[in-house]
Amino acid sequence: MGLTSALYHVAALDKSLGEQTKETSWINILIFVAFVGVTLVVVFRASRNNKTAADYYAAGRSFSGGQNGTAIAGDYLSAASFLGITGAIAINGYDGFLYSIGFLVAWLVALLLVAELLRNTGRFTMADVLSFRLKQRPVRIAAATTTLVVCFFYLLAQMAGAGGLVSLLLGLDNGNKTGQAIVIAVVGVLMIVYVLIGGMKGTTWVQIIKACLLIVGAAIMTIIVLAMNGFNLSTLMDAAVQTSIDEGGAGAALLNPGAAYGKAPLDFISLALALVLGTAALPHVLMRFYTVPTAKEARKSVVWAIWLIGIFYIFTLVLGYGAAALIGKTAILAAPGGVNSAAPLLAFVVGGPILLGFISAVAFATILAVVAGLTITAAASFAHDIYSNVIVKGEPKPEMEVKVARRTVVVIGIVAIAGGILANGQNIAFLVALAFAIAASANLPTIIFSLFWKKFTTQGALWSMYGGLAAAIILIAFSPVVSGSEKAMIPGASFDWFPLANPGIVSIPLAFFLGWLGTVLDKNVENPRIQAEMEVRSLTGVGAEKAADH
Amino acid sequence: MGNSAHASQGSPDVDFVEVQASKEFRDLRKSHRSFVFPVAVGFLLWYFAYVLLAAYAHDFMSIKVWGSINIGLVMGLLQFVTTFGITTWYVTYANNKLDPKAAEIRTRLEAQIAAANSTKEEV
Repeated sequence: MGLTSALYHVAALDKSLGEQTKETSWINILIFVAFVGVTLVVVFRASRNNKTAADYYAAGRSFSGGQNGTAIAGDYLSAASFLGITGAIAINGYDGFLYSIGFLVAWLVALLLVAELLRNTGRFTMADVLSFRLKQRPVRIAAATTTLVVCFFYLLAQMAGAGGLVSLLLGLDNGNKTGQAIVIAVVGVLMIVYVLIGGMKGTTWVQIIKACLLIVGAAIMTIIVLAMNGFNLSTLMDAAVQTSIDEGGAGAALLNPGAAYGKAPLDFISLALALVLGTAALPHVLMRFYTVPTAKEARKSVVWAIWLIGIFYIFTLVLGYGAAALIGKTAILAAPGGVNSAAPLLAFVVGGPILLGFISAVAFATILAVVAGLTITAAASFAHDIYSNVIVKGEPKPEMEVKVARRTVVVIGIVAIAGGILANGQNIAFLVALAFAIAASANLPTIIFSLFWKKFTTQGALWSMYGGLAAAIILIAFSPVVSGSEKAMIPGASFDWFPLANPGIVSIPLAFFLGWLGTVLDKNVENPRIQAEMEVRSLTGVGAEKAADH
Repeated sequence: MGNSAHASQGSPDVDFVEVQASKEFRDLRKSHRSFVFPVAVGFLLWYFAYVLLAAYAHDFMSIKVWGSINIGLVMGLLQFVTTFGITTWYVTYANNKLDPKAAEIRTRLEAQIAAANSTKEEV
């Protein structure tokens, strides 16, 4: 077969692939600087109307469903999705594909059960909805706590990914931790600037620009890879198998389930549960629904997001097998950035240094944009839920809440930089999966109960949120990820009595159970008048805040 | 109330308990829940059926159907198809069955709130 031998020839060059990519790193930097320049201009222009809290947190509720849906896709297609899934498919074949299915199907939970009802009842944060008909102070504190914890894990994942990506982008050696740390700090500072100046509007525009570039870049690569294989997925997969056989890898098993989770099916089920139930409980995703004027636009946002994300994940399937075929597992793992380098290396092989520069810059921009989205969510939650509603009890001085939010942005930025430097090198897809598990355990049961269960009480909400959060974190701490093996975070120690890497299968049902138990054991009954108001508003949109006039 | 989560300015003028008990609203709620609950259960069952097969039925998922394309890949891509399908289905349903009912109740209540506000101004 002529084709196979041609592909093998490409693969044989790969010993110098890491070296080759270094020589052209100035192109990557140039494209990235151009992206930063353009987005900064956009952010400055968007910042002109940032006066009230509704402007700062919710972009004046002035985005259309299509714009917001694209921004959601930009938020969701993080470095973990793009680099992580492509890499996982390239290395583990079919089992990498399983991630993307969970990430996509999860959007149906948001579409059917959460998005519109949330838009109709809240103003800025997840806690607005959860505390609507329950006792304000305790529920807000709990919801803000879970929001901050989820954002922190998600932030860590993005910042940790930045280090490896930067090695590839700038041609740094994998071992050059100082260089990586400097770049992580630069990412953090840039992000602080975006969020401080641009608020939600600026952040949203960064997401939209980035989403378009990412989807276009991935589409170009997908078409090239498919064209090389006669637009036949089966031929592409055969080529991946051939490369794998040539380097003594898994071979035909690449196409079958089991490469990553074959020995741990329960772990995989736990992960699948966290992925499918986590999305609709991610605070930074939920907050995006407040940037549109009506529930109908919130619905449109999700529809846009589902199509863009779904199509993108189909691209990653092709790109993953393409990287497996054209580069091969050994060369990918040897390159700077390891498994996360599959997509950039593939860009180099199919499109030369320009496409590599484009894809690397977009991937880097992805981290910047996602970190900005997380930061504004965490800052809004602190300023709106903790400062305004708990510390000064709902009567903040005008402008003060936004001022507090801006200060919080700086603090979170510094924490993210420090955390990113410490977590540098951790597996990003794994860290993101943990954030999903925590969100699904700590937030989802309370969101669902408070929207759909009339009898739900404050005690039920608190038990579910704190119980779910504690269960998820404790199980992670005692999982094989943290200790017990050479690959664990603390290699020497072993306190890994919980056998699964993802806590979802235990902590999510437990949180639902605690929400129910706390409610039935609660002697207090919540005010039926507010329950009625919440239910009527959630379904009809009466009294929901409209777009701000400018 | 001192509840700053409540964005509505006019909520004291509407008896939400009465609205909640009204036939129109119960009808809207029934239309909403009788769609979203069964569909949510359905897609979750379909997703977990797929997950369980991928986790435990490797031989079945590895059966080749066309070239090197096996049942696992086909089922995975079918998850994409059903997700797109359910999305379109729900949007059509919401536009035709939910939005008109919700708009009717919302318009009536907002008129009520506006009337109450203008009465207050006159007094």
